Amino acid sequence: MADRVTIHIDGKAYQVKSGENLLQTCLSLGLDLPYFCWHPAMGSVGACRQCALVQYQNEEDQHGRIVMGCMTPVTDGAIFSLQGDKASEFRETIVESLMLNHPHDCPVCAEGGECHLQDMTVMTGHRDRHYRGLKNTHRNQYLGPLIHHEMNRCITCYRCTRFYRDYAGGTDLAAMAAHDHVYFGRHQEGVLENEFSGNLVEVCPTGVFTDKSLVNEYTRKWDLQSAPSVCTGCAVGCNTLPGERYGKLKRVHNRYNTEVNGYFICDRGRYGPSYVNLPERLDYAGLRQPDGLYNAIDQSQALQYLTEACQKGHVAGIGSPRASVESNFLLRTLVGADNFSSGFSNKEHDLVNLALSIQQQSHVLIPSVKQIETADAVLILGEDITNTAPRIALALRQTVRNKAYELGTEIGLEHWQDAAIRNLAQDQRSPLFIAAVADTRLDDVAQQILHMAPDDIALFADALACYIANEKLPDINENLISSVETIAKTLLQAKRPLIVSGTSCYNASVISATGKLIEKLNSENCEPMLSMIVPEANSLGQAMLTTRDAPTIDTLAALAIAGKINTLIVLENDLYRRCHSSSIDNMLEHIDNVIVIDYVDTATTSASSLVLPSATAIESEGTLISMEGRAQRHFPVFEPKAERLASWQWLLHCMKALGRAETEHIHYFDDVTRACAANISSLEHIVNAAPSHLYRNHGVKIPRQPHRYSGRTAMRANISVHEPKQPVDQESALAYTMEGLNQSQPGALLPYVWSPGWNSNQSLHKFQSEVSGPLKGGTAGVRLIKTDHQLLDSEPAIKSKKITPADGQWLLVPRHKIFGSDELSALSPAIAELAGHAYIEINPADAQSLNVNEGDGVFIGDDHTNDSHQLSLEVHINSNIAEGCAGFSFGFNDTLNLIPGEFVSLTKNPNWQRRQADTIATDGGGSNGGSYG
Amino acid sequence: MLNSLRSQLTTLWTILQHSFTKSETVEYPEQKPYLAPRYRGRIVLTKDPDGEERCVACNLCAVACPVDCIALQQGVKEDGRWYPQFFRINFSRCIMCGMCEEACPTNAIQLTPDFEMCEYDRQNMVYEKEHLQIEGTGKYHDYNFYRVSGLAIKGKDKGQAQNEAQPIDVKSLLP
Repeated sequence: MADRVTIHIDGKAYQVKSGENLLQTCLSLGLDLPYFCWHPAMGSVGACRQCALVQYQNEEDQHGRIVMGCMTPVTDGAIFSLQGDKASEFRETIVESLMLNHPHDCPVCAEGGECHLQDMTVMTGHRDRHYRGLKNTHRNQYLGPLIHHEMNRCITCYRCTRFYRDYAGGTDLAAMAAHDHVYFGRHQEGVLENEFSGNLVEVCPTGVFTDKSLVNEYTRKWDLQSAPSVCTGCAVGCNTLPGERYGKLKRVHNRYNTEVNGYFICDRGRYGPSYVNLPERLDYAGLRQPDGLYNAIDQSQALQYLTEACQKGHVAGIGSPRASVESNFLLRTLVGADNFSSGFSNKEHDLVNLALSIQQQSHVLIPSVKQIETADAVLILGEDITNTAPRIALALRQTVRNKAYELGTEIGLEHWQDAAIRNLAQDQRSPLFIAAVADTRLDDVAQQILHMAPDDIALFADALACYIANEKLPDINENLISSVETIAKTLLQAKRPLIVSGTSCYNASVISATGKLIEKLNSENCEPMLSMIVPEANSLGQAMLTTRDAPTIDTLAALAIAGKINTLIVLENDLYRRCHSSSIDNMLEHIDNVIVIDYVDTATTSASSLVLPSATAIESEGTLISMEGRAQRHFPVFEPKAERLASWQWLLHCMKALGRAETEHIHYFDDVTRACAANISSLEHIVNAAPSHLYRNHGVKIPRQPHRYSGRTAMRANISVHEPKQPVDQESALAYTMEGLNQSQPGALLPYVWSPGWNSNQSLHKFQSEVSGPLKGGTAGVRLIKTDHQLLDSEPAIKSKKITPADGQWLLVPRHKIFGSDELSALSPAIAELAGHAYIEINPADAQSLNVNEGDGVFIGDDHTNDSHQLSLEVHINSNIAEGCAGFSFGFNDTLNLIPGEFVSLTKNPNWQRRQADTIATDGGGSNGGSYG
Repeated sequence: MLNSLRSQLTTLWTILQHSFTKSETVEYPEQKPYLAPRYRGRIVLTKDPDGEERCVACNLCAVACPVDCIALQQGVKEDGRWYPQFFRINFSRCIMCGMCEEACPTNAIQLTPDFEMCEYDRQNMVYEKEHLQIEGTGKYHDYNFYRVSGLAIKGKDKGQAQNEAQPIDVKSLLP
């Protein structure tokens, strides 16, 4: 088949890509064709009948026939009518039928103003309802703290279940009943289980599923000020669009990036950032008084104190993997590379550096999220991806469908023929193998699942490598040998096998063994891909900024205790989350001036002598380096309130006050980025992550506010009727106004999507070069890791050995939770509600030997003489967890002192108070989202 | 020369004639003109026939306002109704065009014939909800948005709005 074909629409000839469907082609051509059920990421099912056109057999054909755009492949010479009366009338009638039961809700609907149904109704020209009967009504369900349900508004396009079940693998949302009784909901009220449920807000073309945190203090899309941002929830680096009004973050939407998150983000990324609005956030600098209380001081006093402290004796700095590259770079320059720790503990430092060096040195492809979806066999080593890098898990769910597409291609089905391909493939999937400590959320699509202790996972990977290289297998469990054979053979047969591993099980051997496996695999006849998951948004950036022998928090602690540090500057880092609290306490006691720059109140800020309030990623600019080595820039959505300053500004002001020569030519944020790129060779290209502040789009800046932004002369009139000038953004090409041009700019500078007639997020296709293709202005971000085709320096040492559980000793393994393990998102109220309590997870056999049941409590550690200080956690019994392992909810406040990889003893806590069973909340009153009934 | 002289004299004559016509100017404020009930003066916020706030904080007035002088924030009451947590209009910017009244889907905003808002301090021209809210229904006596809308609120369940059937029992097998 020719790559490009000619079709005729309304008498005009177009050269288009063959194999696509007509609807997608029309949208790519910029023609307005209404649709509902089709979604660029989910393909066509032809359910709503909205995208009708008339197709003519040939030029003599006067009548033609109605065809559905989404179900019609474009063929050479085909003749269509889009604007013709017949097609337009048909589409108008369809909208009228979909609107039969639609309630009179628009003024009180959180979709109003960005509603695809509104747009399509206006587009088809439908106005008056001819139907005189009664409207169907439905009861709503409570679906948890994230999603608000209003079933009356449904037009039964099936997009929600297609996303939730088919795309994201959820099971607890379904279409129920028949004919005009169809109902989309759960079998009973309750929290939606899937980690991607928040996307229903964007997928639903109308207001059935809306953002519950927004519904309670609602702002219309046209009133939101937004800017391109990057999620800091994990290391994937999804692009987001946070929206602000009246100084508050209102919501986060997905920002399309074809290579990273595409159309979807996870619930941690969507609902986590509301920590930005917490009243507990720091507004003013605070100076600790002798009585331990803090006095608020103003910016200039704080800067003076900071500058003076930097001149006293020996100064050290601790950066942070959740702060931007620029802030970290400035701190490193301020204190000197030898005194700068990237903010990792010893263990984390080793793991992240190992992960980076394997990626840099192996000459395999480090895939983007989009490339992950092209793999034809996947092996996951030690990661519960849905909880450590959620968006990758969603991509892997699409990866396993490659088998289905392959089967479809064999019988001539195009990839967008979704229902047909699903029917054809049924349960046939591309192979996905998981070797993990316990059950993971991807188990339902895996071909084989192995539960092992982390060291055993490393051994298993080593065995795979040896099998592939025809070497002698290491000493592994005998019943694993058949698995080694199956998995190794499958990986060898695959054309694009993908290995996913990472730091989350805190085991260096797993990472080394992965490196060895990928090397061996690469020598064979295939193009393997390696994806390494690191813990935080800028973990990889920190490893690139510092050298391998840079000090860690532990080394600095040792120096402090030896009295060699007088002033310590901590940048956006809660040290108590990195190392054992006793060692941090000890360290901070030995330092005269502990200065902490942070935006939330943490244990570290409470132990400091001076706290400087900083701006979050949503209020400041910065570059973050994602797990695939992609440098991405985030821009402030709104100006930081009170006396908050971006961390880089605090540090830059301090260095200027000190008269440091390095900062002589630094005036803008871009200068910091440039200095960083000039100094650190691996970060050379970060300047290309986004255009500089001098960029102008056809001579003007890019507006953060849509052109319908309302209330400009009233929103602050209660303070003063004299309106101040709009704030000026010196640091970026974006403006805090509605003036400017939001069109055809580089992808990194897209603050919102809107196009005439397309008010909803479906207007995105007007910004794409073609549907699902890159943005017209290019994809945001720049890849920093270039595979340099060098062999590994030396084969990494795999030190693991078979684990033999000692009696009464359990190996602590981290169990990551999408809700709760991440420091910042866990502060957001909705996420905190889902996170639940800290727990420890053990095998039923182990539980029996300890004589505990689900919900009982156990002491952790030996010393349980003093009950009040002894850590005691609730027991969860999990039959899937490897024997001898005790999984603990990672990153929860109660479990911060548990060190992964250590052996601990567990004993039953006889005085444990069992928790009451949680009762399901409901949307009884307005405070929960205003669905009364 | 002659022409311009004639022009001058005509002008003088025309103006002189005006000295004997009736004056259109009204001695305001001593003498007040008649303003029809639908005259476009300042806005008020009305209540529905049940005495509840009509405004649902939909933001349509704010976006329709050509001078951007209305700002408000939606909230949700205990009974499920949407309401404005604050509703602010800066009358010093208002041009009394009535676009907000036309945009209002609940008839909450209504224009009144009152336009006399003289203040020495411009700050006093900023009106909040409590300054705008009246007790009555204004020009539209019977309209109650929530009796039409599908949203359930306390005292009006699903299926009880105008033209609505009883909620569907999903578990029923009947056609």
